[in-house]
Amino acid sequence: MSEAVLAVETPGADAPGVSGARQFWRRLRTRRAALVAASVVALLVLVALTAPLLTALEGQDPTTYHPSLVDSARGGVPVGSFGGIGADHWLGVEPQTGRDLFARLVYGARVSLGVALAATVVQLVLGVAVGLAAGLGNRWVDQLLTRVADIFVAMPLMIVALALLAVVPTSFPRPVLVALVVGLVSGWATLAKLVRAQTLTLKEADYVAAARLSGWGTLRIARRELLPGLAAPVITFAAILVPTNISVEAALSFLGVGVRPPTPSWGQMLTSANVWYQAAPQYLLLPAGALFVTVLALTVLGDGVRTALDPRAASRLRVGTGRKGGRS
Amino acid sequence: MNGFGGFAVRRAAGAVVTLFALSVIIYVVFYVTPGDVAQITCGPRCSPAQVQQVSAQLHLDDPLYARYWHFLQGIVAGQDYSTGTSVQHCSAPCLGLSYQSDQQVLTLILAKLPVTASLALGSMVLWLVIGVGTGVLSVWRRGRLTERVLTTVTLAGMSTPVFVIGLVLMIVVCGQLELLPFPQYVPFTEDPEQWAWNLLLPWLSLALIESATYARITRAAMLETLAEDHVRTFRAYGVGERAVIGRHALRGALAPLIAVNANNIGVLFGGAVLTETLFGLPGIGREMVEAVKVVDLPVVVGMVLVTGFFVVLANAVADVLYALADRRVVLT
Repeated sequence: MSEAVLAVETPGADAPGVSGARQFWRRLRTRRAALVAASVVALLVLVALTAPLLTALEGQDPTTYHPSLVDSARGGVPVGSFGGIGADHWLGVEPQTGRDLFARLVYGARVSLGVALAATVVQLVLGVAVGLAAGLGNRWVDQLLTRVADIFVAMPLMIVALALLAVVPTSFPRPVLVALVVGLVSGWATLAKLVRAQTLTLKEADYVAAARLSGWGTLRIARRELLPGLAAPVITFAAILVPTNISVEAALSFLGVGVRPPTPSWGQMLTSANVWYQAAPQYLLLPAGALFVTVLALTVLGDGVRTALDPRAASRLRVGTGRKGGRS
Repeated sequence: MNGFGGFAVRRAAGAVVTLFALSVIIYVVFYVTPGDVAQITCGPRCSPAQVQQVSAQLHLDDPLYARYWHFLQGIVAGQDYSTGTSVQHCSAPCLGLSYQSDQQVLTLILAKLPVTASLALGSMVLWLVIGVGTGVLSVWRRGRLTERVLTTVTLAGMSTPVFVIGLVLMIVVCGQLELLPFPQYVPFTEDPEQWAWNLLLPWLSLALIESATYARITRAAMLETLAEDHVRTFRAYGVGERAVIGRHALRGALAPLIAVNANNIGVLFGGAVLTETLFGLPGIGREMVEAVKVVDLPVVVGMVLVTGFFVVLANAVADVLYALADRRVVLT
């Protein structure tokens, strides 16, 4: 995960009368790259949501085996030219099993986006909760939580995720588990530290002092006065987390510990793709391309979101010493 | 130097706490897992009696705290293990014996280290050259088409998982063009030329991914330095663009580059899981994947500890180098 040094200014301070959200959209719209990326992401989400419709249109489903479409004498190579592409199977069939590739690809989008978003939610909830608690709690609470966050930041993400995924029994719903593991072992700790720092700054603000003087409780202050101020850095961070989570999920599935067959996943498709590249090149190129486009679009969009939330940050963009997960 | 001593002590203490916590987490997770470790270790064709025997031999029936205490004892004082007929002594720091092969975990890990180190260090050279070069070029050509192209390529590089780029590279270079053999690890001590030849593709794959980060850091830090007053003064004195960029702006990028690089190397020494798996390199990362699949608890815990150790060590080294490169930084 590349962890940028995030801006901590309150957004929308430079144009009175226009709400922060409105300014954000206005700024995001002026960036062409971000707009293109947003369209691609919207399309991907649409594909993921309408996967059953799309496959129904094709007349296939992602899990049915078609033994007649693969040549078992030649080790399971798809019958026909270009890996079995035809009117029935728009993108051909999977080697060995004959499962429909188009169906697996669009259902793979569901897994990829679903797991990544769910993991992001886990990271956001944990990060904001722990960060707020550390920032608002007394010295001991702060010390303890900061220490815990430090431990999680130092954790070798890939290794711990591997270990966790290997030991949980297979009866547990796999996509949920992958989302939980990805969310738990990465990302949230860095966010918690960010939220803590921001909370400590905001706590000293006059309007928070005023709220405290009028007898508001800590929880109410956190919810009504602090959370709005945390929105900008948290959204920026979330925008960076989503593409990272997609890569991590793909990596875990590629290693064979992520989503289990027959659930389709792009990373899992790549596991055996190198065996088949000559007979069915699309079996390699489709999941690889899908992953690449998705992660790139989300990264560009994340960049746009960051710039739109804090234009000043763009000119002094610094990539910090953040650890990256699931990339090596 | 007092400050440095304090820094070292604080870091060491922090490292011990972190590693301790990591080992506890892994132990607890494995312990609460209902999966039958004894059955998996023994193999699918073991009789219940044999499974029972394996379970007793590996202390799998002991309560969690007893097993963990046993593990800690091994680290501090070493341990004797009876493996069937003979007794094996595992001297401190002993991370236990592999359930699968009865080998000492530390020996096992250290045996894999040269492969992982070869991969990490070789690709480091490449990613520094490619990454810093790209960064400098995009600053040199700032505001022109070159910069936009480079920035886009960099973003794409940052977004690609290594197994995607590695897979495509392997298939194009080894499969279609047949320029290189499919990678097969040859130890450096055996044949340095074959070693480099076989590692070239893994190095390149890893470096292409990593260099994107370095290009971004270099570019950002250089632009920041270029905006500073002292650079404007240099320019006013008539220092040329080449000297300003090469001599002064690049220096500003030194500190963040060192910090990120040290951290990166630390993480990679713990095993480049994906790259090693993709190219079939017998390093720490691949060993980890294998150990995880058969729930070889001592190996997994050992790997997590060794990896964590490298990360913590690398971060401490990074902080020291950072302070050396930028005198404004104070070690805490």
